[in-house]
Amino acid sequence: MRSRQLLLAVLVTIFAILGSAVLVHAQDQITVGFAQTGSESGWRTAFTEAMIAEAESQNINLIFSDGQQKQENQIAALRSFIAQGVDAIILAPLVETGWDEVFQEAQDAGIPVFIIDRNVTADPSLYVTRIASDFVYEGRLAAAWLATATANREQCNIVELYGTVGSSAAIDRATGFAETIALFPNLELVASQSGDFTRTGGKEVMESFLNSLDPASICAVFGHNDDMLIGAIEAMKEAGIDPADDILTVSVDAIDDIFVSMMNGDANATVLLSPNMGVQAYAAIRSYLAGETLPALIPVPSAMYFQDTAAEEYAARTGG
Amino acid sequence: MFTNAHPIAVLKTEKLTKSFGSVKALSNVDFNLYAGEVHAVLGENGAGKSTLIKLITGVYNKDHGAILLDGKAIEPHSPHEAQSLGISAVYQEINLVPTLSVAENLYLGRQPMRWGMIDTRRVNTNAKALLKTYDLNIDVTRTLSTFSTAIQQIVAIARGVDMSARVLILDEPTASLDANEVQMLFGVISLLKARGIAILLITHFLDQVYQISDRITVLRNGEKVGEHLTADLPKRQLIPLMLGRDLAINDPADSTARITSDTGTNTFLQAEGIGRHGMLHPLDLHVDKGEIVGLAGLLGSGRTEAAKLLFGIVPHDAGDVRVKGKKVLLRSPRDAVQNGFGMCPEDRKVEGILAELSVRENIVLALQAKQGWFNSLGHKRQQEIAEEMIRALHIVTPDSNKPAGELSGGNQQKVILARWLASQPEFLILDEPTRGIDVGAHAEIIQIIKRLCAEGMALLVISSELAEVVDYSHRVIVLRDRQKLTELSGEEITEQTIMQAIAEK
Amino acid sequence: MPENKTHTEVNDVAPRFNLIQSLHRNRRLLFPVVALILILIGDRIIQPNFFNIRVVDGRLVGSLIDILNRGTPTVLLAVGMTLVIATKGIDLSVGAVIAICGAVAAVLISTTTLPPLIVILISIAAGMLCGLWNGILVAYMGIQPIVATLILMVIGRGIAQLITNGQIATFSNPTLEFVGKGVLLGFPFPIFLSLIVFGLVWLLVRRTAIGLLVESVGANDRASFFAGIDAARFKVFVYVISGVCAALAGLIVTADIKGADANNAGLWLELDAVLAVVIGGTALTGGRFFLGTSVIGAFIIQAIQTGIFVSGLPPTFNLIVQAVVILAILFLQSEELRRLFVRIFTSLRKPA
Repeated sequence: MRSRQLLLAVLVTIFAILGSAVLVHAQDQITVGFAQTGSESGWRTAFTEAMIAEAESQNINLIFSDGQQKQENQIAALRSFIAQGVDAIILAPLVETGWDEVFQEAQDAGIPVFIIDRNVTADPSLYVTRIASDFVYEGRLAAAWLATATANREQCNIVELYGTVGSSAAIDRATGFAETIALFPNLELVASQSGDFTRTGGKEVMESFLNSLDPASICAVFGHNDDMLIGAIEAMKEAGIDPADDILTVSVDAIDDIFVSMMNGDANATVLLSPNMGVQAYAAIRSYLAGETLPALIPVPSAMYFQDTAAEEYAARTGG
Repeated sequence: MFTNAHPIAVLKTEKLTKSFGSVKALSNVDFNLYAGEVHAVLGENGAGKSTLIKLITGVYNKDHGAILLDGKAIEPHSPHEAQSLGISAVYQEINLVPTLSVAENLYLGRQPMRWGMIDTRRVNTNAKALLKTYDLNIDVTRTLSTFSTAIQQIVAIARGVDMSARVLILDEPTASLDANEVQMLFGVISLLKARGIAILLITHFLDQVYQISDRITVLRNGEKVGEHLTADLPKRQLIPLMLGRDLAINDPADSTARITSDTGTNTFLQAEGIGRHGMLHPLDLHVDKGEIVGLAGLLGSGRTEAAKLLFGIVPHDAGDVRVKGKKVLLRSPRDAVQNGFGMCPEDRKVEGILAELSVRENIVLALQAKQGWFNSLGHKRQQEIAEEMIRALHIVTPDSNKPAGELSGGNQQKVILARWLASQPEFLILDEPTRGIDVGAHAEIIQIIKRLCAEGMALLVISSELAEVVDYSHRVIVLRDRQKLTELSGEEITEQTIMQAIAEK
Repeated sequence: MPENKTHTEVNDVAPRFNLIQSLHRNRRLLFPVVALILILIGDRIIQPNFFNIRVVDGRLVGSLIDILNRGTPTVLLAVGMTLVIATKGIDLSVGAVIAICGAVAAVLISTTTLPPLIVILISIAAGMLCGLWNGILVAYMGIQPIVATLILMVIGRGIAQLITNGQIATFSNPTLEFVGKGVLLGFPFPIFLSLIVFGLVWLLVRRTAIGLLVESVGANDRASFFAGIDAARFKVFVYVISGVCAALAGLIVTADIKGADANNAGLWLELDAVLAVVIGGTALTGGRFFLGTSVIGAFIIQAIQTGIFVSGLPPTFNLIVQAVVILAILFLQSEELRRLFVRIFTSLRKPA
């Protein structure tokens, strides 16, 4: 229980660093236009559904437009929102460039634009803020948990299962993780190799770590995603190592299978990125309309899951 | 020794020497090429002709000696460099891009530009004007491959000469041309001669040498054995010079020994009304055991087409084929092989030889294909068969593991012949078996044909050389415009009668 | 070259099969072996315990074992790919076939009561079917191999995703897991599997006439047709072999992680397989092929990969290091380049 308190302390510190205080205001009816990229993946569809559901519960009149993977469709949607005189526009941009003109039109019409998910290169003065998952933050969170879990150890050597080289998820998670463990002298990153976000890759990289390093000297493994960590668990078991006990594990994504591993006592913790960005988006709109100033980036808050609640969460997910 | 019409050689080599390993491909060759002459370089395959031109054009680098252009030593390291010095070569396999237009081919890599872009209109007008100087009036915007080989050849020559060539090397330019096209090409050569261009000609066709060349240099085993004005060197002196021995010219006794076989019990192949729409008008044809049937006619008369239908390369859509009286299906070469057929195709490089595989593998291929996937001959048996064939056909190769593509043309032809003999066929189709090979191998192949016939094999032979057809055929089928004109046999077979048959309406 | 004098000589010198002569003729084939040894030495220099092998729970553990074990999917693909390339073809679909066959096995084992051996056979049959499809497109429809197999490469992953429903299909079955994770005589089972497949294919092509006929089709398919060889049937045959090899590789990678990952299983592995074949000395233009050195080529790729993993280099250097090492090997194999070096060397020495 002491470690849990310590974790809370660290989390509070990090939240303070980020300064991401978000307030929820009274629920007046407002009209918001939402231009989505399309419905190319299951994740995208879930994202859209969450946006619509959240709008209903918050008394928001949401005008939804599916861009069908075409920027011109999204621009046309924005123009139609402007013509309809909505209170605010949420754009999930398909691409980063080519938005300045239509943003200017919105600004001239006095309608604020909020970016969600992917980024844009437009002049920051043309839109209010961006609500997005923050990979750096996820890395920090994973490191913060490791710091609490190893607070009573003198030295903890960590190996990292790096994502696909060049992907922003891998770069940012590595950055967030590295800058946080730097704050704790007992944490040291001793090896990092790319497992391409796949189970096979994670297993192969972990095998090579166990060969090139003394397995007894490895204290923890950080996986840029759960899949690589699941592969690494296989590698550890085959090398006669008890994952989660001999070597601590933490990874990102909170996919269903990692809960099974946690239930089996093979994994310690996973970082969840809430798929519901609607909460932050609508809250940001309301506070902006209330005259508040907002930071340039509003991260979607993350949560962590541990072994003790794994069974419960897994049942909730697979049951519902 | 020479007339003083050509005081200075444009191109001269002095003691030019090149070895490959322990083999001297060219040794101390002095060669002189003068402006405005056609100089034929003759010799058997392996005499050093191609080594000589490859040294001159920079494909190989010499070991010793000198190459002089206008009296100045040059050392080209690539054909490109040789070309920029004024030495152009046109090969039997034309080095142009078949999918580009004639005009584009003529100016490839040196197109007139306009505002940084290729000036297509000027390319086309220039090309048209250029070809007009060769009396060639064609649509230069058409794709090169749509024209006949002769025209492609002339385009290649025009390109080479236009790139300020003073020396033009023609390597077997007439190998795939028919008689009319040869005359067209010779017209162009005469034109270039009059412009003062020095032309080095390599060819196997001795008649053409006497028609077009002014001077002859004979090479043998990498050495120069003679240089003569063509007018001073009659054919009967030339051939012994090339071969270094007396050629056993067609034995007249053979011709008289010719038997007119009676059809019936002895018939191996009987084709009735065999043909294919748009390819060959239906015709009747039979070949007996121990008989040679010649197919005569001009290029495109249907000779090769008939052979292809009989061997199942293209299925026939009319007529029946019987083998030893039994009706057979010939849908593919496989069917033909299973029925005891064999065929040496006209295009040795594309349809015959497997260049990168060894002589041994080339020889056992048809037998192995006939035996099937799982009935492997085994390395030892392959070796035995190959060695036996190498011995029997006098194939010149250091060993049976040498890649077949590295042999000379005549030896490649023998390898293909060996491939079929190893499969022990009862019927052999030979399409131009002696084309493009040297005189010695030529005579040997004719001896082999006669021997096989004497051993009871049925043979169908296509050849452009009428004298050859007359020499060995028991019967001759004459074709024109893809139909059978007539069939000659016995004493009727003379060059005269065949030509008459072709010329008749 | 001089021909007249050789008539008698040729007959005297019995051209026996000579080991030294054949080594000299095939000296190109020595390069992959030399390259593999150099890379292993390099790995040893970077990581001093690279050659160490421990025994854990009756299984051998160490980087060298990892190379053998992790290299097996590429080895299997390279065996099939060698035959395909020998016929002037290429099989880009093998990565997708891995995903399909893995998905078939994982879904069947977890949702039906079929015995594991039957599941494995069905998965191999799925690989054969994929090969048959490729072969028919190439041999009978006359579609260029690169295009024909690209079709399955693209739709194959979609098919695999349909089978797994877009999820990673996990399962738990000791028999199927043994294919990827099993231990036999201390060694991972996949090593034995790839050895057996290599041996069988080698016997199939070299102890029958198939090898010669495949080489002849690749060297000149028109001439082979004229010689009475049914080139089309051979093409179908080699694509089917390639499909079976991909199916086995799919079983290994799926069993290894106890799950079929339709998105990532065998991803880009077709390119590794082509590279292994090329490093092994088989030309993409077809004809002569070399099964043994293709396998060496696959291990070279894996030795580089494993070497990078243990090197401690930041992951961002992975691709560059791989590219540089492979480029060096290909340069080593290039006749042209070697001749150039010799020329530069001799011209440098001349003035002295």
